[in-house]
Amino acid sequence: MGEYLLIIISAIFVNNILLAQFLGICPFLGVSNKLSTAAGMSGAVCFVITLATVVTYLLNSYVLAPFGLEFLQTISFILVIAALVQMVEIVLKKVSPSLYQALGIFLPLITTNCAVLGVAITVVTKEFAFGGTASHLLNLGEATVYALATSLGYGLAMCLFAGLREHLALNDVPKAFRGLPIALITVSIMAMAFLGFSGMV
Amino acid sequence: MVLCLSAVCLVCSAVLGVAYAVTAEPIAQAQVAKTNASIAKVLPPFEGDAVPGSVKLGDVEYDYYKVEGTGYAVISAANGFSGPVTVMVGIDCSGIIHNTEVLSQSETPGLGAKCQTDENFINQFKGWDPASKTLAVRKDGGDVDAITASTITSRAYALAVSNAVEVYRTIVADEGGQDNE
Amino acid sequence: MSKLSLITKGFVKDNPTFSLVLGMCPTLATTTSAMNGLEMGLATMFVLILSNIVISLVAPVVPDKVRIPVYIVIIATFVTVLQLLMQAYVPAVYETLGLFIPLIVVNCIVLGRAEAFANKNSVVDSALDGLGIGIGFTMSLTVIGIVREILGSGSVFGWKFIAGDGILAFVMAPGAFLVLGYLMVLFNKFLAKK
Repeated sequence: MGEYLLIIISAIFVNNILLAQFLGICPFLGVSNKLSTAAGMSGAVCFVITLATVVTYLLNSYVLAPFGLEFLQTISFILVIAALVQMVEIVLKKVSPSLYQALGIFLPLITTNCAVLGVAITVVTKEFAFGGTASHLLNLGEATVYALATSLGYGLAMCLFAGLREHLALNDVPKAFRGLPIALITVSIMAMAFLGFSGMV
Repeated sequence: MVLCLSAVCLVCSAVLGVAYAVTAEPIAQAQVAKTNASIAKVLPPFEGDAVPGSVKLGDVEYDYYKVEGTGYAVISAANGFSGPVTVMVGIDCSGIIHNTEVLSQSETPGLGAKCQTDENFINQFKGWDPASKTLAVRKDGGDVDAITASTITSRAYALAVSNAVEVYRTIVADEGGQDNE
Repeated sequence: MSKLSLITKGFVKDNPTFSLVLGMCPTLATTTSAMNGLEMGLATMFVLILSNIVISLVAPVVPDKVRIPVYIVIIATFVTVLQLLMQAYVPAVYETLGLFIPLIVVNCIVLGRAEAFANKNSVVDSALDGLGIGIGFTMSLTVIGIVREILGSGSVFGWKFIAGDGILAFVMAPGAFLVLGYLMVLFNKFLAKK
């Protein structure tokens, strides 16, 4: 149990996917203008990352690894993710129209969100060490928790930043700084604040 | 539509199959070359072959390379700041560390990652006699000077080297035992 | 549009980093030093040129509905080929860039050029477009890498000219955002003609 807690804290704060690992920056900058859209996007990303990680993890350990086909990871993972996003969209439309209304427009954007592929590849290739445990590849349970926590970290950074950006929009910013530059500088300060979490785990 | 998609997939898999077949040999060679280069770096100049072997110490299996008459290159890993720090440690026949080299690490660039480049840090292990000096950072009462602001990485590095020395002792003890039989 | 301007438009006018603002992830993550930035740029350029060529060839026969999946498969194939080649011939570089090589698949620059240019232009033009955008991307990454390396480690391309450690924050995550932000300001101020 303690290990799961460490995974969660480390994935949300210490190794925040946006601010420390630089994954999923494009949608982060693109849809963080308003808090409501940012929250919608975070929800969709959270859903897809967790689902995609579980599916690709199973694909890797039961199909690719036994046949020595690990070099096909990139191509098979991206296809699985693309298909999965389509399926989620179709299922969501039928099952829960209200959820579809909230997340629907973000789903097509997620296929090319490198956070999804990034997390899927990381959990099957990188050895992790949490606390005192020996470094090892994650098992399915840990991988799922890691994916969920990582996407929660994504949501946290996204929503915090959207809140800042809403205030930023009201300020008088020099012309050359308007738009992305001032946003990037703000993210930089946020990333610096998140550095304070390092050493926690 | 389906036909087109399957055709594209078929062609792409063929391309990948060929690419894999062509590069399989060079990839294997590159890995061997990398290992050999590391062995040559951590041990004094030698002739002949490095013979791979492995030994179990506690629950962990350690790989090592033995060079007859020169010494052992032991691969050992310890948890750093953001993952394992894997080090190859060359120990000559008299039990003195000749040199060490990082095989892989994923530490923070500019901080822990300096365990690969910081000469003051790396060079202190050259000629280190484990019998007279303790392999732990000064904070923990040892003799290793840590990299500035990267105690955790330095600690992992020292632990990995110290484990390698343990492995060396086990190997030597085992072989000594065999000789007596 | 002349052949030359197809190449040069990627340098400033359609610069993928500063003007189109695409492919931010590798831009921020791999520019800890000038050399890393350069290598990442070249790796992306390789995929960009080849996928542009192939996509411009197949575009006329691919039905519109399966366009995107086909493009993704083609791009992923080239990325995997690149991964294998790098593992075989430059394993050290492959290790440094790590995760961000497979992630070229989802780099919006590559798919973006396929959609915006390669599927409606000739093979030669598409190849030149890939080359131009690729060079623009490589230049941007190298410039960011140079700035971060000077401030963060006091060196350029590994050649050290300031003794000591430099300002660590620039090698770490916050520095990436900060340098990109300020370079974008300079770009807006002096280069972008509106």
